[in-house]
Amino acid sequence: MSEDIILETRQLGKVFNGFAAVSDVNLTVRRGTIHALIGPNGAGKTTVFNLLTKFLPPSSGSVIYDGQDITALKPADVALKGLIRSFQISAVFPDMSALDNVRVALLRQSGLAHRFWRPAHLLNRWNEQAFALLEDVGLSDFAHVLAGELSYGRKRALEIATTLALDPVLMLLDEPTQGMGVEDVDRVTALIRRVAEGRTVLMVEHNLKVVATLADHITVLARGQVLSEGNYATVSADPKVREAYLGIRADEEVAHA
Amino acid sequence: METLASPSASRLEKRVNHPFVSYLPWLVAAVVCLAAPFLIYPVFVMELLCFALFAAAFNLLLGFGGLLSFGHACFFGGAAYLCGHALKVWGLTPELGIVLATLGAGVLGVLIGMVAIRRQGIYFAMVTLALAQIVFFSCLQLPQTGGEDGLQGIPRGMLFGFIDLSAEVMVAGSKIPLAMYLFVLTLCFGGYWLIWRTVHSPFGVVLKAIRENEPRAISLGYRVDAYKLTAFVLSAMLSGLAGATKALVVGLASLTDVSWHMSGEVVLMTLLGGMGTLLGPVVGAVTVVSLHHELSALGSWVTVTIGVIFVVCVMAFRRGIVGEIAYRMKRSF
Repeated sequence: MSEDIILETRQLGKVFNGFAAVSDVNLTVRRGTIHALIGPNGAGKTTVFNLLTKFLPPSSGSVIYDGQDITALKPADVALKGLIRSFQISAVFPDMSALDNVRVALLRQSGLAHRFWRPAHLLNRWNEQAFALLEDVGLSDFAHVLAGELSYGRKRALEIATTLALDPVLMLLDEPTQGMGVEDVDRVTALIRRVAEGRTVLMVEHNLKVVATLADHITVLARGQVLSEGNYATVSADPKVREAYLGIRADEEVAHA
Repeated sequence: METLASPSASRLEKRVNHPFVSYLPWLVAAVVCLAAPFLIYPVFVMELLCFALFAAAFNLLLGFGGLLSFGHACFFGGAAYLCGHALKVWGLTPELGIVLATLGAGVLGVLIGMVAIRRQGIYFAMVTLALAQIVFFSCLQLPQTGGEDGLQGIPRGMLFGFIDLSAEVMVAGSKIPLAMYLFVLTLCFGGYWLIWRTVHSPFGVVLKAIRENEPRAISLGYRVDAYKLTAFVLSAMLSGLAGATKALVVGLASLTDVSWHMSGEVVLMTLLGGMGTLLGPVVGAVTVVSLHHELSALGSWVTVTIGVIFVVCVMAFRRGIVGEIAYRMKRSF
């Protein structure tokens, strides 16, 4: 395998009660790129994410990360290898301050996390680092606000700060701009571009404008299979892709009528 | 605390109270507990202390770990039997008996916890209940436990081999088992302090994160089952400490201590006082045990009365007594 491939799947498949949600997906993510996974609703994008991070066990195929087969690993162990995911529904710890959200991530690497006999102010040693991360995503004024009280866009920003705290090798972002206003979308897009430097990002995204701006490489999924691959120009010119998107849109119109 | 050079450091200090303020509740509690045996029957106070510790230990798992165990009596009662047997039959000194019983509860906690934490929600509760019932029936059948009669006449013995725990002294006009009382007070405060420390520790922060968003905690690389198991075993050991101490106080380990009623009782105490608050279980335990005591003349109507009180509490203030007060105070400021 070539050196610059960080993540690869071979014939990855997932069957739910006889329904093949994902089948035969061969994905190749190059190191240092922003790779987007797009496709109509129900194409299996989030399922692929769950398979990659082991939140779902694959029915078939394998996942190779950094030259190592990680198919049999548990989700937490995948994360320990530097493959950190976000979630479609904003994943913060709602009843903890933004600062504590980031500090919990920093704590994980320290070996202090099991110390029930030590005082919690040990976490203060990460204050500066946590503040720097919050500053990075434009949240320094919200450090002491409970994460659950932040606006949607800020929650996503906090989630990215938390993920960055772990210094991930590969970040998997599940629809980072979903449900956001235009302003937030632009801000998060810029943020992703900035944090992607020196890392690899694999993202599921619906907003094609975001994909066009950010992604170096795009994989289009439809009905659980890879439909097309390439850069934005190639993919958007592919008649199969147009059909898949238009086909779904036509279906939806029928359904709404 | 270390000095932080960054300009933002001052913003971080806002939570740190003056040391005196943070020690104040402990001081008040110590004064109250030292005065109590002069005002109330000392054995009853010691019993209250044990149940308060039991409820606090249970709350560590439910309120801070988010895990509802319905079998905690097996740790409480199991340790009571083990401590009683160690003192009565093996002739161990009380402190060794209690250490042994606490460790025993810990071992039981590891065994039950490893099976139970694989399940979530109601299934977790069912597994703990089922395994606790096995412990109950073992206690009923084993020749050492005295069956229906329980283990009676457990001697208090000589602490460290030279302090007579059954001795009573005249203090300010009342006859008080001073050594025993101070011993129990130390154990219960120690146990409670450990719970307080655990909640306010790096581990406690992780536990909170897991409770609030388990998938996210996993995705950050936390092996959540290991943390849940630690919380479970800690809770089991502290419940065991409470049970063993109680056996020493009343000189009896019985099937009541290990039955599912007791598991339900501790759920009740915790919910009544306020789950997820540190003081709640203590208030809940004192309330429930006092009610049992005061209403004992009513016979089997005690259960009905306590049930009604519980229903009223759930409907009127579902955060529990302490939880509701804390909530109201937070809102009014």
